[in-house]
Amino acid sequence: MNANHAMIGAHTIGQRVLEGIEQVGSVSLFFMRVLRAVPGFWRKGHLLFEQMVAIGVESIPLVLVTSIFTGGVAAVQAAYQFQDYVPMRYLGSVIGKSVVIELGPVLTALVVAGRVGASIAAELGTMRVTEQIDALETIGISPIRFLAVPRLLAGMIMLPLITVFSDFLAIGGAYVVALLSLDVATNTFMEGLRLFFHLRDVFGGLVKSLFFGVVITMMGCYFGFNAEGGAEGVGRATTRAVVASCLLILILDYMLASLLFRVIFV
Amino acid sequence: MIVIEKLEKSFNGRPVLTGLDLTIKDGESLVVIGRSGCGKSVLLKHVIGLMRPDSGHVYINGDDLTAMGEKELNQLRTRFGMVFQGAALFDSLSVGENVALPLREHKDLSEDEIKARVREKLKLVELEGVEDARPSSLSGGMKKRVGLARAIAMDPEFVLYDEPTTGLDPIMADAINSLIRNLQQRLSITSVAVTHDMTSAYRIGDRIAMLHGGKIIYHGTPEQVRNCEDPVVCQFITGSASGPITQS
Repeated sequence: MNANHAMIGAHTIGQRVLEGIEQVGSVSLFFMRVLRAVPGFWRKGHLLFEQMVAIGVESIPLVLVTSIFTGGVAAVQAAYQFQDYVPMRYLGSVIGKSVVIELGPVLTALVVAGRVGASIAAELGTMRVTEQIDALETIGISPIRFLAVPRLLAGMIMLPLITVFSDFLAIGGAYVVALLSLDVATNTFMEGLRLFFHLRDVFGGLVKSLFFGVVITMMGCYFGFNAEGGAEGVGRATTRAVVASCLLILILDYMLASLLFRVIFV
Repeated sequence: MIVIEKLEKSFNGRPVLTGLDLTIKDGESLVVIGRSGCGKSVLLKHVIGLMRPDSGHVYINGDDLTAMGEKELNQLRTRFGMVFQGAALFDSLSVGENVALPLREHKDLSEDEIKARVREKLKLVELEGVEDARPSSLSGGMKKRVGLARAIAMDPEFVLYDEPTTGLDPIMADAINSLIRNLQQRLSITSVAVTHDMTSAYRIGDRIAMLHGGKIIYHGTPEQVRNCEDPVVCQFITGSASGPITQS
């Protein structure tokens, strides 16, 4: 009986691993198809513009609130940890570094993944189950070129841009909190901010956000394109797109941080 | 001419098409009938290359569609139009933009020419002045007609209809049938429709083929089908709950 259970367990685990590998292969092939469709995209400027608005401009309110409060929290918690050990003149340095390297790109990506990843998966999933994607193919339009490529390019352009916006807001939020509730003077905060500021840190953060833009849009497109089974299938695709985006953002964050800050910028 | 040879297709090990052979002549209106889930829509999707067969071939005027790459297929599809069961109109576009989309993609026309073409096609399906409406504001019958206008926007040689009257009230279904018949006669289009609605099949078909068990088991004119003595066809066209279809 126990041996039987162990066999079933091993079989289930094996099947899950195989499914996982198959999924990774399937996502990679999808990504390759999208990349191959990019060169012929030059005529579709208006589609790119629409997606830049949907992915970037419409995410601004959410990023604004998230960034200001993230900056504020970072300031409060850094000040708490500095107590009795580190002079407050370093508060700006810590805020600046942590925002441009990590908090700005990652939190912006996670927030955008929730909003944009879900919206892409739901929109394309609905198009799939209502045969709109098939309809595109029947009129000789490649759905990959028409739907996935503009989203990918818009994600790659807009994520770094809203990350810059987020960096400014988060540092601004930290500055206001430092000034109003932590008794840190403007000069002290700004001096700290400038002290260990390196442009390569900003660049590193933006490189990360570019990759996050790829992850968010590709997960939304992949799960949307492969949705099946009506409203329930669209719901499942949406959840999977957001979960996969968030996990990949965190995994990729580690990998890119190791590459950028331990190999390239050393 | 469309020639389908020994077409086979399975889903998760379940065979749906099992060596199907069918020929559709130029200018003909063929209706494929069969029970829900018997593979009618699957057959239609193979004819336009939306699905690849496990084996077998689909020839369009002699060109093997199953051997074509994406580019060639997209080129070939400009000679086709397809009307979907749920119309499949693009929600994000207006009615006019839906009809104009294939023209914008494949024809080098000015904006005025495109607008004129859109108006002309909408007039053909007896829908005028709805260019600016959103698909969500249309009734089921209107959506089908817009779908039809989009399908004929490129003046195709072949039009495929997937359950053209499903979900419509009998009066609207009859209006759609008339429209399909008129368009086929006026524009000399080769059309293939799949349906389980026998009223529609008799109305729009020059020839009716019965799909059962993954193969075409019978084909003939509407008159021949009405008088057919094949027990499977008889059970289907009379809508009887007992017979060889339900016993197998």
